Amino acid sequence: MAPLLDLSSITKTFGGVTALRAVDFSLAAGEIHGLVGENGAGKSTLMKIIAGVHALYQGEMRLEGREVRFASPRDARNAGIGMVHQELSVVADLSVAENVHLGVQPVGRLGLIDWRAMRRGAAEHLANLGIDIDPRTRMGDLPLGLQQLVEVARVLFSGARIIILDEPTSALAPPEVERLFGLLRRLKETGRSIVFISHFLDDVLAICDRVTVFRNGHAVATEPCARIGKRWIIDRMIGTGHEELEESYLADIELHSRPDAKPVLELDGLTRAGAYRDVSLTVRAGEVLGIYGFLGSGQLELARTLFGVFRAERGRIALDGRAVRLSSTPRARRAGIAFLPESRRLMLFGAEPVFKNATIAILDRINRLWLRPAAERAIARRHVEQLRIRPADTERTLGTLSGGNQQKVALAKWLTHPPRVLVLSEPTRGMDVGAKDDVVKIVRGLRDQGIAIVVVSTEPETVLSLADRIVVMRKGRVVREFADEPVSKDRLLEVA
Amino acid sequence: MTTAGHSSDVRGWLRGQLRNIAPFATLIILVGFFSAASDSFATTGNLQNILTQISVTGIIAVGLTFVILCAEIDLSVASIANATGIVAAYFTLQDPSVTIANIPLPGWAAILIALASCFALGAVNAFGLTIVGIPSFIMTLAMLQIGAGICALLVRGQIAYAMPPLIVTLGSKSLGPIPWIVIVTALFLLAGHILLTYTRFGRYVYMTGGNREAAEYSGVNVRAILSAVMVISAVCSGVAGMLGVAYFGSAQQNEFDTYLLDSISAVVVGGTSLFGGQGGIGNTVIGLFVLGVLNNGLDHINIDSFLKILIRGLILLIALVINVYAQRMRAPRES
Repeated sequence: MAPLLDLSSITKTFGGVTALRAVDFSLAAGEIHGLVGENGAGKSTLMKIIAGVHALYQGEMRLEGREVRFASPRDARNAGIGMVHQELSVVADLSVAENVHLGVQPVGRLGLIDWRAMRRGAAEHLANLGIDIDPRTRMGDLPLGLQQLVEVARVLFSGARIIILDEPTSALAPPEVERLFGLLRRLKETGRSIVFISHFLDDVLAICDRVTVFRNGHAVATEPCARIGKRWIIDRMIGTGHEELEESYLADIELHSRPDAKPVLELDGLTRAGAYRDVSLTVRAGEVLGIYGFLGSGQLELARTLFGVFRAERGRIALDGRAVRLSSTPRARRAGIAFLPESRRLMLFGAEPVFKNATIAILDRINRLWLRPAAERAIARRHVEQLRIRPADTERTLGTLSGGNQQKVALAKWLTHPPRVLVLSEPTRGMDVGAKDDVVKIVRGLRDQGIAIVVVSTEPETVLSLADRIVVMRKGRVVREFADEPVSKDRLLEVA
Repeated sequence: MTTAGHSSDVRGWLRGQLRNIAPFATLIILVGFFSAASDSFATTGNLQNILTQISVTGIIAVGLTFVILCAEIDLSVASIANATGIVAAYFTLQDPSVTIANIPLPGWAAILIALASCFALGAVNAFGLTIVGIPSFIMTLAMLQIGAGICALLVRGQIAYAMPPLIVTLGSKSLGPIPWIVIVTALFLLAGHILLTYTRFGRYVYMTGGNREAAEYSGVNVRAILSAVMVISAVCSGVAGMLGVAYFGSAQQNEFDTYLLDSISAVVVGGTSLFGGQGGIGNTVIGLFVLGVLNNGLDHINIDSFLKILIRGLILLIALVINVYAQRMRAPRES
C-alpha cells in the first residue's frame, strides 16, 4: 500500500548547522508512528517541515502520491495536517465549544456568531470522539489531560487527517494517558494517521505501530514496535559510533556521595500542583545533587521554588537545619541561596556592560549607598580572568558576547560571595565542549569549598558530568536515586 | 583592526547613541532656526524666560524619569502637583475675600502637610502597582482622577492666592538675576542625576528597567524599587505643584493639566527609552530645553497660535518614532 505521507532525502540546515541529513520518513493511513531521539536529534525539525513551519529544505514530500511543499502552517492545515504542541494552544477563558471552533466559528445571518450551532456542533463532535465534556465548560477549568483531548478534537474539527502530537503524555497521570490512548485508537480505526513524538519510551511502545529513532539529524532506524523493546530503542538513540564516545557517557560512571557531610538544604514533602508532588530531598555540604527528568517532570519548577520565584503549596524547606520561608527572590538571596535559570534572558542585562552584570547580585555587599565602580570593575576583572571570559573586557556590552561567555558571566554573578546553596538549571545547555569543561571545573571548585549544589537538567549528560548523586524525577515525583553506584546515560533514560 | 571593521564600529556606536544624538541635534536646529527667524529670541532676557518656563515641568520630569526608566508610567503627576499646591494653600491664611473654608497653619506646617499628601498619594500608586498588581498606566489614571477630586473638594470652584512665605519666595522671587524656581529645578535635576548615576538605588532602577526578570532572578527587590520610583515621582510632582502655585500666583482646579503631556514629552523627547533601562536625567534636560525652546520660540515668530498646538503634537510624534527606532537599532546588537 502506498503511504499517506512520504518524505524522502529531507535535508535541512540552519546557518552552518545541519539539523537533518537525508532523512526518509513515511506514514501510512491509520498508522500511529512514534518518533524518538534525544533533544536536538532532529524530530522537531522534521515535524515542523511537515507542519509547514519550515518552508526551506532539500528533498521531497508526497501526500497521497502528489508532491507537496508547504509554504506556511496554513498550507499544511489546509492539506489536512494538524499539530498539537506540548504547550497547548488553548484559550483558557473561552468555553470548550469556542475552543473547538477556534478560527471556524459558525456564522448566522448578519454575520453574527451562531452560538447555538456552535454548542451543538461541539457537542456532536466531542461525542463522536467519545469525549464526555460539556461544551459550555470554561476551558481553564478543565484538568490538563482533558484540555489536551479538546485540543486534539479542535485539530480534527479543522479537518486534519494527519495529527502530530508533541510530547502528549509528559504532563499526564496514568489514567489520563489511558484516556488519550483510547482516543488515538478510535482515530486510527477511522483511518487517521498520528505522529507520536515522545521521550517516554514505554508510552511509545504501548501505542505506536512503528517507531523511528533519530540521532544527530539522521533517522537511524524504523521498526514495527511489536518486534522491539525499550533497550533496542535506547541503544539506537545513544548510538555506539566512535564520533560521540567522548561525550556520550555510555560507560558507567561511579558516583561518590558524601553521606557523612552536614546536610545544608532539606526539602520535606514539597508539593506544588501541576509541577511537583511530595518531593523530599537532602543536599549536603560539598556535594552536587543532580536532578534529572524530561521536560515537564517538575525539576525546573522545583529549582525556582528554591529561589523564591514559585511557592510550594505544601511541605517544608530547611536551611542548615532551620525552616526558611522563601517567599521572594531577595529573601532567598539573603538566606544564602543562589540560582542560575536555564535561560540567559532571565539572568542577564544585554544592554549593560559585563561588569554591571557580574556584580548585580552582590551590589549591596560592595556598596552601601554610593556605587564604587572601581571595586566593581576589580571584582569583574577577577572573574573574567578566572572564568576565561572572552573577550576579556569588563566594559564590553554583554549582548555582544557569545552565548557560552554570557553564561559564564551569569555564573560569575554568584562567585564573589559564595552562597550556601547554588541551584543551577541547565548550566551547560548550548555550550561547546570547551565551555562545558570550564563550567564543570568551576562547579567542582565551588563544591570543594563546601557549597551545596543542585543541578537540574533535562539532559542526562549534564547531570552525569556534574553530579555526585543523582535523583530522577518523572511527572512531578522523585522516582529513583543513584548514589555510590555505577550509572550511565541509558540507565537514566530507562528509569525516567 | 581593519578600516572596514573600524568604520562599522563607529556606525554601531552612532546607532547606539541615536537616542542621545537625535534630541541634541534637534535642540541645536531649533535654536539656530529661531535665532535666525527672530531678533528677540537669542537674548539673555529670553534665556531667563525659557529657564523659568521649563522649571515646573522640569521638577515633575525628574521624578517621571525614574518611573519611565523602570518601564512604567505615571499619568497622575499633574494631578498630584495640583492637589499638593491646593493642600498647601488650604492650610495657609487666605485673604477674607476668598470664601474657602481653609485652616490657617504656620507656613512650615502647611508645607509639611502638603509634602505628606503627595508622599501618601505616591504610596497609594506604589501599593496599587506592586502589591495589588494594577498596571501603572491604569493605576495612575485612577490617581489622576483622585487628585482632581481632592482639588475640587478643597477649593470648591474658588481660587486661593496666599501660599506659605517660603514657597512664595522659591516660586516667584529671584536670587540676583536668577529666579529661585530655576535654582530649585537645577538642584532637583542634579539630585536626580546623582541618585541615578552614583548610587546603588540608581543602578537597581536601570537594571529593573533593562530586564525586570533578570533583576528579579538576581535577587533584586524589584517591588521596593518600583514603589520607590512611584513615590519619588509623586513627591517631585508635589514640590512642582507648590512652586507652580506660587509662580502662577493662584491655586485652582485644573491649573496643571497641560503639565502631564509636557513632562512626559520632555522625558521621551530627551531620549529616555519608553521600554526602560536607557536614558537618564541628562536626556531629560535636553528634552526640557527642546520643548522650552519650541514653546518660547514659536511666540517669537509670526505664527498662528492655534497651529502651535499641532506643531507640539508633531514634535512629540517624531520623538516617539525616534525613541522606538533607537530601541530597535540596539536590539540586533543584543541578540
